[in-house]
Amino acid sequence: MCDIEAIDRYFKEQKPERLQKFIMHEMGIAMQIVEIASASIPADIEDVRVERINLKVGKLTAVVPESLRFCFQIVAQDTPFCNADLNIEEIPIIAKCNDCNIEWTISEPVFRCQECNSGSVEIISGRELDINSIEIAYEDTQDADKHV
Amino acid sequence: MRIHKMLISMYKTRQYYHHKDLHKSPHSRPKSGVASGAKKIIAREIKVVRKVLDVNNTIAQQNRKLFSEKGVFVLNVMSSPGSGKTAILEKTLSHVMPAIKSAVIVGDICTSNDADRLAVSGAPVVQVNTDAFGGDCHLAAHVIKTAAGNFDLDDIDLLIVENLGNLVCPAEFDIGEDFRVVILSVTEGEDKPVKYPLMFRVCDAALLNKIDLLPHLDYDRKETVNNILQVHPGMPVFEISAKTEEGFDPWVDWLKSRVSQKINPNVA
Repeated sequence: MCDIEAIDRYFKEQKPERLQKFIMHEMGIAMQIVEIASASIPADIEDVRVERINLKVGKLTAVVPESLRFCFQIVAQDTPFCNADLNIEEIPIIAKCNDCNIEWTISEPVFRCQECNSGSVEIISGRELDINSIEIAYEDTQDADKHV
Repeated sequence: MRIHKMLISMYKTRQYYHHKDLHKSPHSRPKSGVASGAKKIIAREIKVVRKVLDVNNTIAQQNRKLFSEKGVFVLNVMSSPGSGKTAILEKTLSHVMPAIKSAVIVGDICTSNDADRLAVSGAPVVQVNTDAFGGDCHLAAHVIKTAAGNFDLDDIDLLIVENLGNLVCPAEFDIGEDFRVVILSVTEGEDKPVKYPLMFRVCDAALLNKIDLLPHLDYDRKETVNNILQVHPGMPVFEISAKTEEGFDPWVDWLKSRVSQKINPNVA
């Protein structure tokens, strides 16, 4: 369920400056997600309910999954997205050394080659901010017509 | 003073639904008289595979093309609040102008204080206030596109964008710039680069400001530089003071050479 009352309460209770800090770029990103997802629903399907949005979010992005979920809930209210689950797959930061060609996962903010200490390092993954797919449910009206 | 103030109205969530009317109740029933008991629910997955910031990235590429055609070098300046962006830009403008024709776009949540200060240099300034966006924390590509429309780009060599004071999200939004610079000051922690690695990865140079205060602080500038080089090996770091202008020459020379490489590519 969309707990719109809880969100309204949150807005009323928080001081504006606190809220301004809270509503960051995740709001714009949530809007973009809804924009892209709604454009990918075929136009001939009516009364669609979006159950899940599958996202890939790299660890080297400026996105906090919890903030994104919160903003998504606000953006999605009164739309077919209001019950949708944001399924966020976090992608690790994988680097490749341009000198000795090894690949490794970066967990600490050190972007030097573990083997040869080279600074010539390429980021292979970790910058993703992609919508992979959406899962929808709708009534099969064509089939129903046959039964009438 | 040559300040254009822009008020950009907030993108209301509703305006985003131009593809179909999504604002009807998700559970509304079709109005035709179909027997309800015979309906079957279909569940399916639709492949999308798109970048969430596609729109921003596309507009950023358009900006980049326009700035290249017009021969404008665009510098995106980012930092935490209070690290001295505006003071550095005031002094930088006084060093590069009038030889390099400069203009500034300055972003803040509220007020035109920074634009008022920068306009003293004689450079045309556009102030963007993002409070209309709900206090947005960065300048996105479409905002730069609109703001740049206030300038005669044929008459500008260097466009400086003073982004909002924030080390997180401006790093995520391409605006079509040529170079990105991050500013830190010695009154902030030495570990800022490792706390905000994305910002230091995406920037091309770092400025360490307020070094005139070092005698009064327990600050390890070597540790800061080491931290920067861990996150971004080889990144140029300029240690400067916007107050005394100590260390300004290497920074200004670096900037001038980058600008002239773009606007006079045939001059060695």
